[in-house]
Amino acid sequence: MSAATTHDAHHGHHDDHHHHGPEPGVLRWVFTTNHKDIGTLYLVFSFLMLLFGGALALAIRAELWSPGLQFVDPDFFNQLTTMHALIMVFGAIMPATVGFANWMIPMMIGAPDMALPRMNNWSFWILPFAFALLAATFFMEGGAPAAGWTLYPPLVLQGGANLPFAIFAIHLMGISSVMGSINIIVTILNMRAPGMTLLKMPLFVWTWLITAFLLVAAMPVFAGAVTMLLTDKFFGTSFFSAAGGGDPVLFQHIFWFFGHPEVYIMILPSFGIVSQVIPTFSRKPLFGYESMVYATASIAFLSFIVWAHHMFTVGMPLAGELFFMYTTMLIAVPTGVKVFNWVATMWRGSLSFETPMLYAIAFVILFTIGGFSGLMLAIVPSDFQYHDTYFVVAHFHYVLVTGALFGIFAGVYYWLPKWTGNMYDERLGKWHFWLSTIFVNVLFFPQHFLGLAGMPRRIPDYAVQFADWNMVSSIGGFGFGLSQLLFAWIVLKCCRGGRRASAEVWDGSDGLEWTVPSPPPYHTFESPPAVR
Amino acid sequence: MALDKRIGPGWRRGLARAAAGLAALAPFGAAHAAWELNMPRGVTQISREAYDQHMLMLWWCVAIGVVVFGAMFYSMIRHRRAAGHAAANFHHNTFAEIVWTVIPVLILVLMAVPATRALIVMEDTSEADMTLKVTGHQWKWRYEYLEDDVDFFSALAPESREAIYEDPFSREHYLLEVDNEVVLPVGRKVRILLTADDVIHAWWVPALGMKKDAIPGFINELWTRIDEPGVYRGQCAELCGKDHGYMPIVVRAVTEEEYVAWLGERHAEQEMVARAAERDWSEEELMARGKEVYLTACAACHQPDGAGQLPAFPAITGSPIATGPLDAHLDRVMNGKPGTAMAAFAGQLSDVDLAAVLTFQRNALGNSTGDVVQPSAIRAAR
Repeated sequence: MSAATTHDAHHGHHDDHHHHGPEPGVLRWVFTTNHKDIGTLYLVFSFLMLLFGGALALAIRAELWSPGLQFVDPDFFNQLTTMHALIMVFGAIMPATVGFANWMIPMMIGAPDMALPRMNNWSFWILPFAFALLAATFFMEGGAPAAGWTLYPPLVLQGGANLPFAIFAIHLMGISSVMGSINIIVTILNMRAPGMTLLKMPLFVWTWLITAFLLVAAMPVFAGAVTMLLTDKFFGTSFFSAAGGGDPVLFQHIFWFFGHPEVYIMILPSFGIVSQVIPTFSRKPLFGYESMVYATASIAFLSFIVWAHHMFTVGMPLAGELFFMYTTMLIAVPTGVKVFNWVATMWRGSLSFETPMLYAIAFVILFTIGGFSGLMLAIVPSDFQYHDTYFVVAHFHYVLVTGALFGIFAGVYYWLPKWTGNMYDERLGKWHFWLSTIFVNVLFFPQHFLGLAGMPRRIPDYAVQFADWNMVSSIGGFGFGLSQLLFAWIVLKCCRGGRRASAEVWDGSDGLEWTVPSPPPYHTFESPPAVR
Repeated sequence: MALDKRIGPGWRRGLARAAAGLAALAPFGAAHAAWELNMPRGVTQISREAYDQHMLMLWWCVAIGVVVFGAMFYSMIRHRRAAGHAAANFHHNTFAEIVWTVIPVLILVLMAVPATRALIVMEDTSEADMTLKVTGHQWKWRYEYLEDDVDFFSALAPESREAIYEDPFSREHYLLEVDNEVVLPVGRKVRILLTADDVIHAWWVPALGMKKDAIPGFINELWTRIDEPGVYRGQCAELCGKDHGYMPIVVRAVTEEEYVAWLGERHAEQEMVARAAERDWSEEELMARGKEVYLTACAACHQPDGAGQLPAFPAITGSPIATGPLDAHLDRVMNGKPGTAMAAFAGQLSDVDLAAVLTFQRNALGNSTGDVVQPSAIRAAR
């Protein structure tokens, strides 16, 4: 009897210890090892970076409103384009997808948390310092890096004091990404609930598993490339200088060996999100689950053997151009399989069009348009005309904004009720969707025309025949940028209250994350759930 | 943080144009091809190959898009829950999945065959009739006619540079006009050798159909055979620093007779330049010539008034080099400053131009050393 009482008391205390909530106050966010807290930190950070990078983009679009120079000098313009890209790629899109991984992967595979929670904390907290370092270059002698985010030598070596700071910032971002990726790989491979075999995992988990391997393989290559820039600049090496026996094109090969996988690092998690959203609102299981997994893996493999299609004009031998043209075209096959599967998932479903579904549908259509222009760019004879023009700018903004970013929007609206326990305002969500979708096309579609008509990218000023479409594009840019303030308001409003969300949230939802209450308790799945 | 203080009237004019444009939704000026949508077909076999591949791919993409998006929109309209459609429960169909893997592969083969054929033609630089060597500099091009002994630099026309802060629309070919045009004969296969002096540039004239990078320390090649006489305009296409947007290319294609006549003019001019260096120049002559040279060769960085743009581009006014010992000034201008954008002008300017611009820098822009530099001093320093 007394033994039983003691046991109970002990058990109760034990439970208290394990079920403690978050630390009070700001320190909660500094010291947290909780995957949900860290996911929130990543998402908030990435939104702030989206606003920062977006402000730079609006400065670019203001200068390009009409020919001549109105607001900035050409060197500062180059700083704007360079920093816009670095911040959007490494500060907005990538951390946002890591935020989703942190929040959702443990809840989707029935794990109590990430496998390496303290490293998780560190992975995040490196980022604010990395971006503070990068942003500080704006105030240094000579300003921020201005050689483009691709950092091609010899131009990048002409820069002012910013170079070592930018390179160390990139090193920090790389360390953060690699640690985050290791954590995700270990979590997925070791912490799945019993019965959650690999081929039962939700597709979002699969796309992140593959993304994490891409990150682990690609980021160190980038770190190596920028370190070689550092030694060329300060320690007398000449990796990239012909005068010392090196080759400037070597940098481009190394950079794009990282850079092309990087493209898929940004898009694959959004593929995963959309593959969760479309079945839910079609009320029908995902079509071709296994072929989706194999298609994602094929895309990841191909991403390592197509890099030189970013540099068809550097003067490669004919055989090299043909090889990279053919491998690049091949990517259309697994990508096509994914698009067909999404369409087949919708086919004969029972479709409803809440905001996440609207974003997912826009993703499929607009990402496919970006895929079409990608296929056109793969064709070397016409790439000689497209290369380094606004056609390329239009292409990669279609895949990264209406692709990766729209996938992220779909994910936020899809899981926001789960995270906060409140439904977001559906009417405002639809407003945000339509404003974003219309303006983003006004912004980027005319850039196809500009590129085809002969406007090079990365120029602060242009010939007068490009004036009209540039003005249209700028109008779209300001409209799209301002629409994102509405997004901030919708999310804030949802965090503060709203109609209570049920555990399932959506009537077509399927998966472990929908079996826990909305909002989920601080710790979920402390004992593994049953997987059917 | 370099917000430009010299804000031109362009912004206000832009707003006015936007209002007019939104009201009329029509092209503004007849002078320029506004609202252009597509790639030019061009005037060479290469440009037509590029254009044909482009249009072929475009129509393939349109056809695929119609099928895929058509199916999506059909489903979105017919399979709505709001229309009472109940969900089916299928989740795979091996036959369909094989079909939509195999058909794209076949389409890709149909795309790859003509693209490969076109690429082989485009990369064949053999059996050229003449060779033009193009060297990219920050921010101008040097053209050397290897067989015909012609050699000159080509930079943004001063009229365009003046319009940047004034009225770009006053120039029909704003930013696409140069001081010295490249002249090429129609009908001849021209092999173009590309390299660069400082950073990577890319030489691109859309109507000729191809661009290629000009890389310091390496030589790339491309070819062109222009079918129709005319003036074809392009720009540097690889980010090359501050004035990347101000590095145009203008090719004037002429008949064989006109080309020979042009060569004669060029040879006479080069002869005159060489002879001019043999006599002593008066200070007035040097200052007048020096001002011209300064505006085309120096002003882009050091500014027309000599104020510079700190920190990258120091001022000439009161500069310790331009007001200090002449030898150091001469060395800096002729040999440049490695690791910066300050180029070596010894190979870019003639003895007279170097002497004139040195004299100008030392006696204008707020400087007054009284030094007069003669072409003979430059020759001695070479």
